Amino acid sequence: MTYLAKPRLHHPTLTKNKVGYTRRDYEGPVSTLCAGCGHDSISAAIIQACWELDIEPHRVAKLSGIGCSSKAPTYFLGASHGFNTVHGRMPSVLTGANLANRELMYLGVSGDGDSASIGLGQFANAMRRGVNMAYIVMNNGVYGLTKGQFSATADRGSKSKKGVINTDSPVDLVGIALQLGATYVARSFSGDKAQLVPLIKGALAHGGAAFIDVISPCVTFNNHAGSTKSYEYVRQHDESVSVIDFITPGQETATQHAPGEVLEVEQHDGSVLRLRKLHADYDPTDRYAAMSYMNSHAARGEVVTGLLYLDPLPTDLHTSLNTAARPLNTLGVQQLCPGASALDKINAALR
Amino acid sequence: MKPIEAINDFVIKFANINGSGSASANELFAKAVMRMGVPVSPRNIFPSNIQGMPTWYEARVCEKGYHGRRGGVDMMVAMNPQTWDADVAEIEPGGYLFYDSTRPIPESRFRKDITVIGVPLTEITNATYTDPRQRQLFKNIIYVGALSVLLGMDASVFEKLFAEQFKGKERLLASNLQAINLGRDYIKQHIAYPLGLQVRKSDKIGDQIFTDGNSAMALGCVYGGATVAAWYPITPSSSVPENFQKYCDKFRVDESTGQHNFAIVQAEDELASIGMAIGAGWNGARAFTATSGAGISLMTEFIGLAYFAEIPVTLINIQRGGPSTGMPTRTQQSDLLSCAYASHGDTKHVMLFPQDPHECFEHAAAALDLADRLQTPIFVMSDLDIGMNQRLCKPFVWDDARAYDRGKVMTAADLEAGKDFGRYNDVDGDGIPWRTYPGTHPTKGSYFTRGTSKDAYARYSERGPDYIYNMERLLKKFKTAANLVPQPIVHKAAEPTRIGAIYFGSTTPAMREALDVLDEDGIHVDGMRLLAYPFPKSVETFLAEHDTVFVVEQNRDAQMRTLLINELDANPKQLTKVLHYDGTPITARFIVSAIAAKLALLKETV
Repeated sequence: MTYLAKPRLHHPTLTKNKVGYTRRDYEGPVSTLCAGCGHDSISAAIIQACWELDIEPHRVAKLSGIGCSSKAPTYFLGASHGFNTVHGRMPSVLTGANLANRELMYLGVSGDGDSASIGLGQFANAMRRGVNMAYIVMNNGVYGLTKGQFSATADRGSKSKKGVINTDSPVDLVGIALQLGATYVARSFSGDKAQLVPLIKGALAHGGAAFIDVISPCVTFNNHAGSTKSYEYVRQHDESVSVIDFITPGQETATQHAPGEVLEVEQHDGSVLRLRKLHADYDPTDRYAAMSYMNSHAARGEVVTGLLYLDPLPTDLHTSLNTAARPLNTLGVQQLCPGASALDKINAALR
Repeated sequence: MKPIEAINDFVIKFANINGSGSASANELFAKAVMRMGVPVSPRNIFPSNIQGMPTWYEARVCEKGYHGRRGGVDMMVAMNPQTWDADVAEIEPGGYLFYDSTRPIPESRFRKDITVIGVPLTEITNATYTDPRQRQLFKNIIYVGALSVLLGMDASVFEKLFAEQFKGKERLLASNLQAINLGRDYIKQHIAYPLGLQVRKSDKIGDQIFTDGNSAMALGCVYGGATVAAWYPITPSSSVPENFQKYCDKFRVDESTGQHNFAIVQAEDELASIGMAIGAGWNGARAFTATSGAGISLMTEFIGLAYFAEIPVTLINIQRGGPSTGMPTRTQQSDLLSCAYASHGDTKHVMLFPQDPHECFEHAAAALDLADRLQTPIFVMSDLDIGMNQRLCKPFVWDDARAYDRGKVMTAADLEAGKDFGRYNDVDGDGIPWRTYPGTHPTKGSYFTRGTSKDAYARYSERGPDYIYNMERLLKKFKTAANLVPQPIVHKAAEPTRIGAIYFGSTTPAMREALDVLDEDGIHVDGMRLLAYPFPKSVETFLAEHDTVFVVEQNRDAQMRTLLINELDANPKQLTKVLHYDGTPITARFIVSAIAAKLALLKETV
């Protein structure tokens, strides 16, 4: 029913952010996903994060692949350009879009089937290249639109709604992102908005390849006993490494904490991620330690969440390619065409 | 057998081993002939291999300026023992065989009806050079020197060429000249010369340039304003993006900042290549990818998305032999159908057919304009014959007053002024809607792009009428395209005739010669060269004006003929196939004999 516009009744008391938008200005049409779907909670977190970050909605480009998760961008940031691409290939389209205009913010939204099954290659290569984007996977371990088949992130031994046991090893997107050089890697849970909103804000402000794997239970096909992606299972096994506050540049940061308890990391734009540590031995700035930590906890069946790795001064694909500061899509014949006299010289050299 | 006698009109073929450095020596020979004012069209015939396999360089010397492959070999330079027997057998009766006579070859492996010239090349090189690589490289230069005396070519041509090539590298200049003279001196002292084949000074080159289609295509992309290129290596297209990189490094680096006004990504596969090009096109940059048949197959889902979501993107297809891996280093025109109708559902795509490097440059720049104007994928259909061989052609031309046609783009000012924006709304009656770049305006002009059906305002819709509206509008847009693409060119026969021939792309040079030969033989055939698909009205007119039309193409299934029948409702009986698809470039001799034979047959049946 997305062709029905959501009523645009704005309550006059709705708070406006620094750029003059209310939270509702970041919404889209009414969601057509199932009631209780984790994806809708993630959409709400994205809306909250963008509003709090004072982002102008039209300066965001949202791109997705195919699947329930990839439908979600319709339901937030209605004033942004969006692109529902083909299954598993959103990363390449986002990469090309980013090359064309480095001044917009790029939000990639995908699912576990879209990124870990059909699109594993594109997911991996976008991470390798360090595309400046916030890449969110709404991970429920199951294909929703085609009614309940396992995806590649389903854990071995987990049970489908029809009672089939998954015998394949799961793809760990966080592990892959860490290994392939993503500079901001997090995992969260759609049911934990307090954790998810600052993680999304940090990712949007990051300036490099930022990846968030969000466990997002499918209420229709994967929320039963025997599933490792159900609300109940994730709540019981969620091991958060820290509590995160996102502090925008210039905001008061002076709070008292015992030494070693808090880690503050400043990103390139001056924003600060304050991590109140829940696991004393966890260092989110050490990529290899993070990989090892994730592996050992995954083996115990724990779902480790939080900001898992952060390089506060990332480089991106534009850095590697040394592209001009001015967006390529604004360049005209003046900047791009070498002209007739240069062509005469080329002709002369070919005689 | 009387030896062949010909001035400025013969075919010389060099049989070499790849990786032996023969390519530059053979090119030197071709350039030397051209410096004498005589046109040459060389072709590399090479294997999918890096070292040790047979490779050939066939150069047609032709004062009349026919650049197509003629067929037949008048002189063979047999430098590869592996292919000796086949190479010797290929020489025309009365032709010439040039070989390295250092080691004796049994009498039985020669022919009686040809002239044999043996030069102890290995012996000469080994006596002069000690370094193994030098021995290998200079052996090639020595045979060029020997040939130059046999064919009556002046030493001064080489002196001038070397002086240009090795400017500032005096040692290389001296050693190359020494090698040329070793060859020249040996002939003068030991062999009866000149031969019946001769190169004489002429003035048929004019201002023409000598270059390959792939680098011309890359240059066209630079001039046409492409800023984003994404590609995956595949023969024979890889040298398009590689040359694009080379030209961008030269022309697109900002002098003050050192930063690049371009972005080139070697993607992980062809799916990602086209995905990136589409993403960039969606976001308002001019983008292209270059590939060959197998790559097109991989890209087809994305091509359908770009067609239906109406995103500008340029695809350069350097065709090779298919199906599957086919003949990766041989030429064909066999991707017409797979490109014209690429992707699932009802799709049709614009294709351009350049005939030579000059047109590769023109069409690459035109494709970037057309993609923006039509908001759809544009295919530039080159092939290995044009792409990887150097060809004499008209010089590149650019008018500094030319602006890029960015098509229908609504700006923030337009939106602010209250212009109604419906992304898929046909407001101008040409089937082409308006678009906005992402980020244009805070509250107006944003839309959600998708491959699923939608209404004229880009809102998701599965309603039949909305779907039909868009599909019919796309057809209207395709009709508009027929008048925007480069138009066909008619080549009238010497006398009025009801017989016609349709051809395109790399078949053109051989066809031009074949039509002349047929005219001389009293068989008059009007030619129509197609430069693009969809077909404009003039193609229907040409069909109406001729009773029999030969469709000459380089594939097995007569793909262009299929397109003509399918798109114009042409009568299949009127369209006669002339097909050449063994992987070698089509020849005028083949076309002449095929058309003559088919016409004779038609007369019998009448």
